[in-house]
Amino acid sequence: MNIAVLLKQVPDTTAKITISEGKVDENSVSKWSMSPYDEYALESGLQLKEATGGNLIAITCGPERAKKVLTDAAAVGADTLVHISDDGVCDSTHVQKLLAAAVKKFDSHVVLCGKQAADTNGGSTGPGVAELLDAACVTLVSEVNFSEGNFTTIRPSNSGTEKVIVDGLSVFAFDKGSSELRRPNVRGIMMAKKKPVESITSDDMGVNLEPSNVKMNSQNPPPEKPAGQKFEGAEYVNEVVSKLRNEANVI
Amino acid sequence: MDFTIIAETNGDSLHPTTYQLIGAASSLGSNSTVICPNGVGSSEAAKINGVEKVISATGDCFNVFDGGAWASALSSICGEMILISASPNGREIGSRIAAKKGIPIIQDVVSMTEGITVSRPIYSGKAMESLTISGSAVVTLRPNAFETALAENDAPINVVNQSADVRIAIQEAINKASERLDVTEANIIISGGRGMGTIENFSHLEEIADTIGAAVGASRAVVDEWGMPHRMQVGQTGKTVTPSLYIAVGISGAIQHLAGMRSSKYILAINKDPDAPIFGVADYGIVATWEDAIPALKSALSDLQS
Repeated sequence: MNIAVLLKQVPDTTAKITISEGKVDENSVSKWSMSPYDEYALESGLQLKEATGGNLIAITCGPERAKKVLTDAAAVGADTLVHISDDGVCDSTHVQKLLAAAVKKFDSHVVLCGKQAADTNGGSTGPGVAELLDAACVTLVSEVNFSEGNFTTIRPSNSGTEKVIVDGLSVFAFDKGSSELRRPNVRGIMMAKKKPVESITSDDMGVNLEPSNVKMNSQNPPPEKPAGQKFEGAEYVNEVVSKLRNEANVI
Repeated sequence: MDFTIIAETNGDSLHPTTYQLIGAASSLGSNSTVICPNGVGSSEAAKINGVEKVISATGDCFNVFDGGAWASALSSICGEMILISASPNGREIGSRIAAKKGIPIIQDVVSMTEGITVSRPIYSGKAMESLTISGSAVVTLRPNAFETALAENDAPINVVNQSADVRIAIQEAINKASERLDVTEANIIISGGRGMGTIENFSHLEEIADTIGAAVGASRAVVDEWGMPHRMQVGQTGKTVTPSLYIAVGISGAIQHLAGMRSSKYILAINKDPDAPIFGVADYGIVATWEDAIPALKSALSDLQS
């Protein structure tokens, strides 16, 4: 079984985001990491690989630096590493087209990804890729199992959770699960450094990136809040509660 | 510009965000078409101001949530500009409709003006992005960020029967014992962090939550270290919340936590460390231990309720 795992490199969640001339300054990002939900997709992909004897294909679309997430994935057991250049990518449709084309090129039987990336926070990629592949998609899943030719997964429902069975090619978008994420050992890290990364472009896959009808005007820091009122000591609790009622009108 | 709005439902009625989707469209002069999947809430939707017509989309394909089947059934009855709630299901249906039509999707928009220019948080609210859309697109709106439309209307309802291939089947429903309100649905949230000392002390927050009808949230530290359920986690790898009042108790305010709650309307922080970053985003701050502040808070809130 070929298991495709879609990974994105994002500023680490601890990184400060600075704005320079109306745009997020990527050069000032102190640390880049694999997007947190993608780590759960990767872990589940590794478990699936172990259970089925499959081949795990780690795919990322991004600039040159994004290859690091592929090497990180190789260190814990990814078999094939695929980097798609993001030249010409400017909106959600472009990324989805490239990822879907790569999933097809590597003849994948199942696709795992995070429910959303920690930078754009969109959540469009999993379902969008599924649509382009004419695949089913289940989002916010916490585990995926394969038995008797079908995938089953657990997703949230109105009354708790539900176990669902999916028919045919499927995309699973992961939430943070209860699985413990594995850490690479020294041998894994050494082997990963030697593992080749296959680099492909939109042209290689015959994907045409049409001009986008979305234009980015600017990126800005979040609006500053005026300084709040601060009180020293629990004896002010009554006063604050009456302010919540009379000033803020929220209780 | 006339919008197609896909209604967000809540069991067998409209979710309050549907009123906000319609309000947001009306503020740009839209005579909106509202599509009610599975026909849920269609007579309620017909009464909302700014709605020109309601399409009640019925069919077996709506019995189970399969984003692919829903998108397939809804896509052909949508216009050029589509608005959906930025809920998990809304984001998924929107993404699939956008991919099917080959148009972009912009998720989690918090303001929308003529043009159409939208703004949305990125990096979990550590920055904002302004975008201009020229042409067709799907836009999802963050719940509680837009004005609610009034209901004094009487729009016509068309029933359309749709079909689609359903690829997902429920094998087993696993019900949760917890009756607690979900943090994303709550108007007031009281969250605890490592400063609460132990997981058992969350019972004090639960008592307050029960008094005022609030949900209980938690910081990542206590979810990861004390095994609180992940659905309670507020922050960059948990839930993003926008309640009217967010009460943070014993939470220092790591950048990831602030990202998930800073757009709350009002924030009350209780922390013994006067320099805790949480005070930087708080409207009201009380420098005190939870042991001192929580009993006082509980009695003051109980007094208000009686």
